[in-house]
Amino acid sequence: MRIALFITCFNDTLYPATGRAVVTLLERLGCTVEFPMEQTCCGQMHFNTGYQRECVPLVRRFTEVFAGYDAVVTPSGSCAGMVREYHGRVAEVSGDARLASAVQALPEVYELSEFLVDVLQVTDVGAYFPHRVTYHPTCHSLRMLGVGDKPLTLLRAVRGIDLVELPAAEQCCGFGGTFAVKNSDTSVAMCADKVRHVLDTGAEVLSAGDNSCLMHIGGTLSRLRTGVRTVHLAEILASTEEKPATDGPQPSPLPRRTTEGVRSR
Amino acid sequence: MSDAAFLGMPSFPKAARNALADTQLRRNLAHATGTIRQKRADVVGELDDWEELREAGRAIKERTLRHLDHYLLQLEERVTAAGGQVHWARDGEEACRIVTDLIRATGEREVVKVKSMATQEIGLNEALADAGIAAYETDLAELIVQLGEDHPSHILVPAIHRNRAEIREIFLRAMAEYGAAAPADLGDDPRQLAEAARQHLREKFLRAKVGISGANFLVADTGTAVVVESEGNGRMCLTLPETLISVVGIEKTVPTWQDLEVFLQLLPRSSTGERMNPYTSTWTGTAADDGPRAFHLVLLDGGRTDTLADPIGRQALNCIRCSACLNVCPVYERVGGHAYGSVYPGPIGAILGPQLRGTSSEVDRSLPFASTLCGACYDVCPVKINIPEVLVHLRARVVDESRERRMPTPERLAMTAARWVLSEPSRLGTAQRAASAGGRLLSRRGRIGRLPGPLSAWTDARDAPVPAEESFRTWWRRTRDERT
Repeated sequence: MRIALFITCFNDTLYPATGRAVVTLLERLGCTVEFPMEQTCCGQMHFNTGYQRECVPLVRRFTEVFAGYDAVVTPSGSCAGMVREYHGRVAEVSGDARLASAVQALPEVYELSEFLVDVLQVTDVGAYFPHRVTYHPTCHSLRMLGVGDKPLTLLRAVRGIDLVELPAAEQCCGFGGTFAVKNSDTSVAMCADKVRHVLDTGAEVLSAGDNSCLMHIGGTLSRLRTGVRTVHLAEILASTEEKPATDGPQPSPLPRRTTEGVRSR
Repeated sequence: MSDAAFLGMPSFPKAARNALADTQLRRNLAHATGTIRQKRADVVGELDDWEELREAGRAIKERTLRHLDHYLLQLEERVTAAGGQVHWARDGEEACRIVTDLIRATGEREVVKVKSMATQEIGLNEALADAGIAAYETDLAELIVQLGEDHPSHILVPAIHRNRAEIREIFLRAMAEYGAAAPADLGDDPRQLAEAARQHLREKFLRAKVGISGANFLVADTGTAVVVESEGNGRMCLTLPETLISVVGIEKTVPTWQDLEVFLQLLPRSSTGERMNPYTSTWTGTAADDGPRAFHLVLLDGGRTDTLADPIGRQALNCIRCSACLNVCPVYERVGGHAYGSVYPGPIGAILGPQLRGTSSEVDRSLPFASTLCGACYDVCPVKINIPEVLVHLRARVVDESRERRMPTPERLAMTAARWVLSEPSRLGTAQRAASAGGRLLSRRGRIGRLPGPLSAWTDARDAPVPAEESFRTWWRRTRDERT
């Protein structure tokens, strides 16, 4: 099976550790993963903000890059949702019949937990993560893709984990892409409640299948110096006793700046 | 106010900011929406065939709307044959004029009203007041809103933003001005408040010669109008007066009574969280020696035909006004209904308003963006309106309209730049290196606490992540492609 990794532009730039974790995990499970270097972005930000025309070249590139693979795996529920729900619409908007059929012919795009549970049919991926963790089901993975309790099934099988239930878990964290900036007051009000629920669990780590939502909740957890960090599901599942997850999306707590203001290597 | 958003409403983000600071409102809303949400979930959970019912509801609506011209003519014929009179109103202004003329012809100066979204949408009470006619709301919550000189903030529970202490204060202050005063020793117990409203309304029911209503459904096959309600005030208004005038949106039509069966199951469970609503009134034209002597049906277009012409947007017309989407919406729960600037708040209001009214006002242009697209509304909608799909569709409409302006907005410039960067992997790589360098300059102890420009709205309350020193694609090239 030829498996392509769709890393997403967001993870590529801001959270490469998540991408590396997906590679580690899938290779450990015996898969060969390819990363087509020509990939960029699914167009979700443009589409959801109303810039549908700007999406057309991005969707065209996506269909060209991933054509011919047996499966595409992505560590993002919302990007998987964008491809599955709306790439057809973008093709319609473009009026290009060839693009429409190219979208039709795309291989199945799986969110990571779907690929593990449905395609590889594993629930115990052999991970070890000795921390108290709570899980936030992101809106698009939950309601657009319908991943159900697949991520939780995977987490429950992780050795050493202390998995605690998040109250009001299914309520949106208030991210919503550009909503977080356009309607920042409402977004912050929603996130305040999400953070309150996270803190109520006493968890050390908040996990989810989307780094965008984790960036939002994590940004508040960090601002308030709550001592709770965010770790993408893939990084927990990739973590083992021999190779624990060290560099989550949270920055290192130790100052690494030199006096010139440039980070030393 | 006819056919328009509430006058002078600011855009949603500005109105929301004020609402978010109202602590009493926040508490009232969180409590009320949480309660209704749970009640709905409980009664919906009882049915094994809920998903089939939803699909049936959606299918009936879609089929009816596709052949609406046929069903409306059939409806007109049957209503007329049963002794009623049908009036066609292109917009709210015309509907208000028709109703005003009909009331004037009776010589009456006051009317009682059943809770009705259509008459609120067209601003009928204000139009009647201008013509010297007093319209009294008889639904308890609408009465609270009217006495408080307030705007409704919820489709089903218009006074959801008020708690009982506030309601008591409004009754004590305002009831005497409109009729029977509230008892001086009125407490804030719901039973006492309801009793005060009952006493206040009773004399109005008995005196009124004209009743005004909307309708939840119009059955084309028989020419029957249907109102579902909880309090019984509707039944009084529909049966006691000599003249009944019903203002109903054209999309309320269903072909037959058999179709009604589906909606009478979907609506109460979705709206009040009840298996069945306490009162269902149906009437067909007029009847000899019973009920109103004259019945007028005013069929309102008010932007509905235009909405019907949009293949994606038209599903908003499926709406049966249950407000389940409001109760589950995390945005609505926090800002309430007033920020939406019209009588249709919440997710459905955000897709209905900009379609019925157009996007000429600031608030209507901002409504499609007043959502995180979390999809909770779509999950509960009893007629399966894909609200997130319509929201992004309307966002594109707003953006496309703005393209006609010569000066591009900063957002458009940013989006154009992002498209340019994301169109080529090499450009993305360059941008990643720039972001990484810029991020390091902005970061303090591994986090960014302050971003410049519009992005400062993010860092006002949230830290931002520092872009990685090495992007994923660079790592892959360094560790993988070199090996192969």
